[in-house]
Amino acid sequence: MHPDEPKTQPNTQTLSAHTVRKVAALARLALTDAQVEQYRDELSKVLEYADRLRGLDLTGVEPLANVGETTNRFRNDVPGPTLDNAILISMAPASMPPFVKVPKVLGDGGGA
Amino acid sequence: MSTDRTFTATHTRNEIAARRVSALETVSAALARADALEPKLHAFTQLFHEHATAQARAIDARLARGEAVGPLAGVPVALKDNLCLSHGQTTCASKMLENYRSPFDATAALKLSNAGAIIIGKTNLDEFAMGSSTEHSFFGPTSNPWDLSRVPGGSSGGSAAAVAARVTPIALGSDTGGSIRQPAGFCNIVGVKPTYGRVSRYGLVAFASSLDQIGPFATTVADAALTLDVICGHDPCDSTSSDLPATTFFTEVETLVEDATIGVSREAFSSANHPAVTKALHDAINVYTKLGVRIIEIDLPMTDYGIAAYYIVATAEAASNLARFDGVRYGHRAALAPNETLHDLYCRSRAEGFGPEVQRRIMLGTHVLSSGYFDAYYNTALKVRRKIKGDYDAAFRQGCHAVLMPSSPSPAFKRGGHSGDPLAMYLEDVYTVAVNLAGLPAVTFPGGFTEDPEATLPVGVQLVGQPFEESWMLRLARMFERETQFGTRAPKV
Repeated sequence: MHPDEPKTQPNTQTLSAHTVRKVAALARLALTDAQVEQYRDELSKVLEYADRLRGLDLTGVEPLANVGETTNRFRNDVPGPTLDNAILISMAPASMPPFVKVPKVLGDGGGA
Repeated sequence: MSTDRTFTATHTRNEIAARRVSALETVSAALARADALEPKLHAFTQLFHEHATAQARAIDARLARGEAVGPLAGVPVALKDNLCLSHGQTTCASKMLENYRSPFDATAALKLSNAGAIIIGKTNLDEFAMGSSTEHSFFGPTSNPWDLSRVPGGSSGGSAAAVAARVTPIALGSDTGGSIRQPAGFCNIVGVKPTYGRVSRYGLVAFASSLDQIGPFATTVADAALTLDVICGHDPCDSTSSDLPATTFFTEVETLVEDATIGVSREAFSSANHPAVTKALHDAINVYTKLGVRIIEIDLPMTDYGIAAYYIVATAEAASNLARFDGVRYGHRAALAPNETLHDLYCRSRAEGFGPEVQRRIMLGTHVLSSGYFDAYYNTALKVRRKIKGDYDAAFRQGCHAVLMPSSPSPAFKRGGHSGDPLAMYLEDVYTVAVNLAGLPAVTFPGGFTEDPEATLPVGVQLVGQPFEESWMLRLARMFERETQFGTRAPKV
């Protein structure tokens, strides 16, 4: 159960444009108004289809996140080879080795 | 073009090892055929002419010196372009990774190379492996070699088309909800989705980590078995990879399964099936019955819920996995105006870099995980997932060595056939997604053709196996292959 889970069942059917914008913000996707409308329509249809699951009696059924259901496997705590820092930095679209560059996050213009 | 059983990895490596043909000639012929077909098929995102030729020369030199070589020495292979390779780009058919150069090799790719296989190129896919038609590629769609106006299936459509068109005898794909098995069926070849954990996922660009597996395409069951033996095994870089002993599928594949039992469920004969799909199932039952295989009826009552559960679980995992593409460390980065922020960089880089289907799935996955919806969707889907696995567990307890299924409800559809209707495309996966949710192995193989005079299209059938019992399912597929000639037919392209 998610900590913020409401006690009542949410309306899972048609999405509002507001919800689509909220989801896009969570997903870090800058959508146009036309895309918001398109996804509202398409995702509503998929969610409506998914509502068939709610009719099932799932009392006492434990969620299955991974078929392995394995416990964590730890490697020995010994140093091994790693990818070269210079190569990794060279992959960044903007860098100032040994750092990657991002827009200013502090002061004016900041606020990620 | 060969239409017999000689266009195989097994035959090719034997000829090369016996020095009746050189690796260089073999690889050059594969590259020439790929070049010639590319305008029609667009199966590849990249071809490695110089690199592959140099590697073939190196194999020939080792053979000339009498050195031992691996079990795939000199065999040309194609890799789906979501497998990392330090040579060329690893694009995932996305603008996001158009220029991405991986600093490492996927374990499965490394194992192929260590076995002497020559990677001639990377194959086209639905962007980030999200799709069932290979139409959602940033580089444009791949065509089905049986009918160029139709899709090859997806998401591993490029690998399927390359093998079906006899460019390479084997190729690797990845299967998250059917992305190897459905295209294998659409293209009249063999495709295997191994048990979850059989093959290391290290270097496979993650879509849905609890569902993804790498597997082979081939023109014969034996070649698929041989390729699997090469790529299977524990990898310290993937903690979910099994540490079972090395597999010997290739040496076992000709051995009949004694007292074999195959389960068949009512749900496989849906009225929504294309008639040729249902006919192929009946024909397969007849073939197995004649071979002395016992056919029993099983129940898979959760079949109708598989798609809904799958698209919730898969998109939830995808939304999390694809969060790493932020325009900072690698991949596409939007050009910002001076007043734009880091937040703008994330949102705009992702909006520009991801195509519509990927964005749709990220949105869906984010929604089902979001506060207030987590329990109604994600947790419910995980419970259904356990029920789906329970259906199969019960079938196997009844004594089935494998379960017979279609690989898709219809043969290859026309390009654009599902455009504008994502749900219709998702429903194409009805017979494949349960296998991933339950972590089971499955093999698709040629099971017949449509009788439509307009187009002769292949129809695949699928055997779903018990966890880590791929050997039974492959041997049963081989028994069918020996009795039928469907797989010997190659498209005239």
